[in-house]
Amino acid sequence: MSTVTTDPHAHAEHEHHGPAKGLKRWLYTTNHKDIGTLYLLFSLLMFFIGGAMAMVIRAELFQPGLQIVEPNFFNQMTTVHGLIMVFGAVMPAFTGLANWLIPMMIGAPDMALPRMNNWSFWILPFAFSILLASLFMEGGGPSFGWTFYAPLSTTYSNDSTALFVFSVHIMGISSIMGAINVIVTIMNLRAPGMTYMKMPLFVWTWFITAYLLIAVMPVLAGVVTMVLTDKYFGTSFFDAAGGGDPVLFQHIFWFFGHPEVYIMILPAFGIISSIVPTFSRKPLFGYASMVYATSSIALLSFLVWAHHMFTTGMPVAAELFFMYCTMLIAVPTGVKVFNWVATMWRGAMTFEVPMMFSLAFIVLFTIGGFSGLMLAITPADFQYHDTYFVVAHFHYVLVTGAVFSIMAAAYYWLPKWTGHMYDETLGQWHFWCSLISVNVLFFPMHFVGLAGMPRRIPDYALQFADFNALISIGGFAFGLSQLLFVWLVVKCIKGGEKATDQVWEGAEGLEWTIASPAPYHSFSTPPEIK
Amino acid sequence: MARTSYLCWSLLTFLLAFSTQSAEMPLNMTQGVTEISQQVYHLHMKIFYICCAIGVAVFGVMFWSIIHHRKSKGVEPAQFHESTKVELLWTAIPVIILIIMAIPATQTLIAMEDTSEADVSILITGSQWKWHYKYMDHKVEYFSLLATTRQQIDNKLQKGENYLLEVDRPLVIPTGKKVRFLVTSDDVIHSWWVPAFAVKKDANPGFINEAWTRVDQPGIYRGQCAELCGKDHGFMPVVVIAKEQADFEQWIAQEAATQAAAKDAELKLLAMNMSKEELMTLGEKTYMGYCAACHQPNGMGIPGVFPALKGSKMALEDLPAHIDIVLNGKTGTSMQAFAKQLTLSEIAAVVTYERNAWDNNTGDLVQAADIAKAQSK
Repeated sequence: MSTVTTDPHAHAEHEHHGPAKGLKRWLYTTNHKDIGTLYLLFSLLMFFIGGAMAMVIRAELFQPGLQIVEPNFFNQMTTVHGLIMVFGAVMPAFTGLANWLIPMMIGAPDMALPRMNNWSFWILPFAFSILLASLFMEGGGPSFGWTFYAPLSTTYSNDSTALFVFSVHIMGISSIMGAINVIVTIMNLRAPGMTYMKMPLFVWTWFITAYLLIAVMPVLAGVVTMVLTDKYFGTSFFDAAGGGDPVLFQHIFWFFGHPEVYIMILPAFGIISSIVPTFSRKPLFGYASMVYATSSIALLSFLVWAHHMFTTGMPVAAELFFMYCTMLIAVPTGVKVFNWVATMWRGAMTFEVPMMFSLAFIVLFTIGGFSGLMLAITPADFQYHDTYFVVAHFHYVLVTGAVFSIMAAAYYWLPKWTGHMYDETLGQWHFWCSLISVNVLFFPMHFVGLAGMPRRIPDYALQFADFNALISIGGFAFGLSQLLFVWLVVKCIKGGEKATDQVWEGAEGLEWTIASPAPYHSFSTPPEIK
Repeated sequence: MARTSYLCWSLLTFLLAFSTQSAEMPLNMTQGVTEISQQVYHLHMKIFYICCAIGVAVFGVMFWSIIHHRKSKGVEPAQFHESTKVELLWTAIPVIILIIMAIPATQTLIAMEDTSEADVSILITGSQWKWHYKYMDHKVEYFSLLATTRQQIDNKLQKGENYLLEVDRPLVIPTGKKVRFLVTSDDVIHSWWVPAFAVKKDANPGFINEAWTRVDQPGIYRGQCAELCGKDHGFMPVVVIAKEQADFEQWIAQEAATQAAAKDAELKLLAMNMSKEELMTLGEKTYMGYCAACHQPNGMGIPGVFPALKGSKMALEDLPAHIDIVLNGKTGTSMQAFAKQLTLSEIAAVVTYERNAWDNNTGDLVQAADIAKAQSK
């Protein structure tokens, strides 16, 4: 790398080096900003495809009885909705943000491994094309839930399972490459003087997330491969008749699955920790404790997987162990929420859209945390497990948690990315419509679940009818509200008030010291860190 | 902004008014009818109230800040950014709260998992998509299927009061006795759940899980399968009737006698031939109850998932193979072995039906004796 700057020819080339034109720019790009943009747009597309499937689910559940889809297709919708939203919408959105922001935040010119960066993005469209194409196979796509419990996904599934396994493998490879890139970039390309404890929290949380990804994506790859060999090659990992155990599947899956849910929330913590201080005009409270809390959440995430499996018939001692460990996660998570509130305390707040989404995140994610704590209590979990109470819980942490943080991030950094301010009025409309509809959508699910409605059913007893109609109305409204966001982003890319370099009055960090829109190469010479 | 929030509030008011119509649905977890389910309910409420209190405190401080510490009020931001004392405090207090929660949770959990010294043991076996109950101390066993009709599900008939929560033959248990459930499965994972007992246990193929309950009030208690188990996961309810000990004894004695008599009658039937009408009527009834979920009422199956019977080679030509697959199932697929689920005459009738319905006009008549012969091979 260092030889490049000493070579005069390379330097001359560098002067003229800008983005190529047309489709080639996007196919061949090794630029972190281009790849970040690709990730973000891909994630937005997947958000709408997964959302469309949610609309099918809500339309069927609008009234009791079967009216729009038959149960087999309904199960495909719940399965693929989950897979698309987890692997196609939330994870690529965070990777896109990491690509755009980490080099700018640590004073680097680009990501450390740009060609791998290109590859890790460009295999994703293939993965999701395979997954979506499987829906058009004879017998339909995967219909065993995004958790693909064996033996439903092995002996009792149709041949789309092979496509499902293959696409999950590609998603996993993409995630692992993305994570390696993040770690290598952060370890090697920080500007001189930027010690680990001076890194912005978004960088810190992504650093930890990347380690989680490297630790658990191979576990996912292992478990899908075991599903594949059980189905096609005569192994019996999950079949008692051959000496296996179907519960083994759940242990392996959730050993991946629980860290996975923190993969989808730790970067969100980083985003909120960037936005709240800016609009409170006050430094983040407890920076060091934020770092330690994030690390302890990550470590604990490896010790709690079986809380998804309390009803599978574990020994009491194991149930107690997993209950205590799960409850313990409330402590570092609480520290984070308290720190955000303390950051706002005696600040001078303003309420632009990124701040509104962040405030909504703090309240609604905490509600999801409360229901998570309730679910940790094993005896009560026997009643909550596999009901709409769980559906409410994980949508509070993933939609009003992860997705709201991504929205907040998009609004916060859009002016830096495009060089234009977004339309504040339209943004406020988007926020308020989303906030109200998302609560009409997910809040009543708590009650429906407590009243005893199981999840993943296409039809339900009459007592649940009114609430389901209300939930569906909330769902349609939330889906429609997101069109406002697309309109706003298009408007912001096309034009708008010119953004200043700092964009926000209280914003601090290296990304706010460079021009808006950010130049194609951020820091060719490393900035000085105070 | 003012106009925006006005619109939002009117929308919210409208939706709240809408939601009040559903007064019939309980808004909270059931207290249930057992000591354990009461304990679980109180545990649930205790944690809920603690969460509410924490929420009010944290959000209270946050909204106080939002209202008072805003730039438009001309405040100057403070610059403090850490306080070891405060940070230690808000790490320690949650730990204490968690310990307070964990103690009753541990006690209840240990009580729930103690399945020793049961008075009655019942083996519960899940399969796609029905439950089978077997009383371990009596010669009584039977399947329990969804009783809601297809027409109600397809919105062609008015839905009944217990829509999707009714079965043809409920499980019957005695009151005041410790009833132990041994839960397992024949195919995929199911989960046997009765909210009123706070019992939810996964049915894992090849393994047996244990749970127990002691119900004091006679009554009818309804639940559902709680683990995604394929296409008709939403259509395999659980219904339990709790009867006084004396009524239970009477019921189970009668049931044992009926089942023994049915077995004798079955043997007698071997010597008799049923007419085509009898076979087709019984066959259609059996087909709709046991086969139509997969192979569909019109015999067309679901392409790529469940094979069609109409016009299939097996249903038109190969009779021995046809009888064999109904009796013994096909390993590695969803096709179950029906030898133990259906009587000889039901199997004979359903094979006859499949070979003569939907233009499969083979004219083949299969009698109970043919099935018995195939089975003894």
